[in-house]
Amino acid sequence: MDVKHIAKLANLTLSADEEKKFSSQFTDTLKTIAKINELDTSKVEPTYQVSNLHNVTRPDKIQPDRILPLETVMASAIGTHNGYFVVPAIFHEN
Amino acid sequence: MVILWSRLSSMKTDLYRLDIAQARNKLLKKEISAPELVRSCLERIHQLNPKLNAFTYINDSAIKQSEHIDSSLPLAGIPIALKDNILSAGLPATASSLVLENYISQYDSTVAKKLKDAGAIIIGKTNMDAWAHGSSTETSDFGPTLNPHNTDYLPGGSSGGSAAAVCADMCIAAIGTETAGSIRQPASWCGITGFKPTYGRVSRYGIIAMASSTDSPGPMTKNVSDAALLLQIIAGNDSQDATSSPSDAPDYSKDINSKISGLRIGLAKDYLLPGMSGQVISLIRNAAADFEKLGASVEEISLMDPQYSIGVYTILQRSEVSSNLARYDGIRFGKGRDSFAEEAKRRIMLGTYALSAGYYDQFYRKAQQVRTLIVKDFEKAFKNVDLIIGPTSPGTALPVGASKNQPMFGEMEDVLAEPSSIAGLPGVSVPCGFIKGLPVGLQIISSAFNEKKILQAAYAYQSITNWHKTKPQL
Repeated sequence: MDVKHIAKLANLTLSADEEKKFSSQFTDTLKTIAKINELDTSKVEPTYQVSNLHNVTRPDKIQPDRILPLETVMASAIGTHNGYFVVPAIFHEN
Repeated sequence: MVILWSRLSSMKTDLYRLDIAQARNKLLKKEISAPELVRSCLERIHQLNPKLNAFTYINDSAIKQSEHIDSSLPLAGIPIALKDNILSAGLPATASSLVLENYISQYDSTVAKKLKDAGAIIIGKTNMDAWAHGSSTETSDFGPTLNPHNTDYLPGGSSGGSAAAVCADMCIAAIGTETAGSIRQPASWCGITGFKPTYGRVSRYGIIAMASSTDSPGPMTKNVSDAALLLQIIAGNDSQDATSSPSDAPDYSKDINSKISGLRIGLAKDYLLPGMSGQVISLIRNAAADFEKLGASVEEISLMDPQYSIGVYTILQRSEVSSNLARYDGIRFGKGRDSFAEEAKRRIMLGTYALSAGYYDQFYRKAQQVRTLIVKDFEKAFKNVDLIIGPTSPGTALPVGASKNQPMFGEMEDVLAEPSSIAGLPGVSVPCGFIKGLPVGLQIISSAFNEKKILQAAYAYQSITNWHKTKPQL
């Protein structure tokens, strides 16, 4: 497994130690998981959820009692500007 | 008079020892007041938390909140501890991770709202494995919780803080959450009653998501009748959680003391694992004999080897974690992703791998197919028996440090809770004996939405045993 690549996909930064350690731990974990390959599931449908509920919807209406004041919504943000969240820049000038 | 007064005052300082029913009774009779009850628990928390680290936040304003409580409410003035992944507006919710170290809940989870609407007082937030990733509380970024029965040992997890808090009488009852074992296993290791409801019976809204297809909040209490009382309050349909069941919750306390004669119980012989201590097995067999004394029939039954569940659970949990923890971007709330500790990183990455292009069928789909086999295996078993019993955990609590450098620690310790969790079934763990001063848990599993049957059987068991009354020396 390409640990560096996976870390990049998951937007995580690893130390060199973690990279090494995870690599061997993942190999062990995948070996343990492989036990399920003993079972023949060629004719078995997957169970993605056990609630047996389908397409649960609720009316598309504003619920006034659930609206949070703007200051509550922004209270935990590291950076705000004029009632907006400040996000890291994605595009950079050359 | 002097003697009477000292007795009375000692009674009042020992209020933390009460269960919900006893506390409610004394409150209604006006023998005690809600602030006295809350103060007693708070003093107990302040006395023991430096030793046990069960709480990540102690709500000292709880006394004030209990002053004008409407005594007609079902949980009026009852101090309840919440696991720190459950949002209660205005209180911290860290999930025991540094990422959320400074996060204050902006709204109420449905569970917290229902408890507060019922008059309960949220006395504090309890320690857990960070993000509920683990079965030891050792992965908490705020240090492990210790087992009140012996502080050289772990309380289990991930709801280890809630289990230790109930065990050490730091609250009257607590709420935990379980994805696969996180209520039942710490209940087993701490010798309390831990009830994991059917998936969808209790709303997940406002609870920091771990594995959304199995997450189930539930009561952690001093006995079974309290579990029924608490479940009644928190169960029910919730329009904010699309997976919550639309069916009505029955009255869990009504007929809880029904006779269980004629009940068909299956002892899962595959849960008596090779290498399991003979003492654990004989305590489970003793419990089976107790059920026979109560008039139930007990037969040994075969279930699918629980070892298969380890693989299924690991894949499902890691995959769902990688998706659920993707929201922590450090922009809207919380710190950035560099604040994730090792265990969270490991789980996010393995899940990302399992879901990544080219591997999906091999891992995620395969796991969901085996999940079908597990569901069918239980359906078959419940054609012949009403309930299944077995040990909750492979053994008693393990020593502090046991989970270090063991990335599969939780999966191995929860092997007996994983099959029923994967199938979404309800289960309880109740104490059924002690080995070298550490509790052993008996689990009772039923088919979906048969919580009432579990409660009746567990209540009957506690009516003829005293294990649940055995308290640690603190």
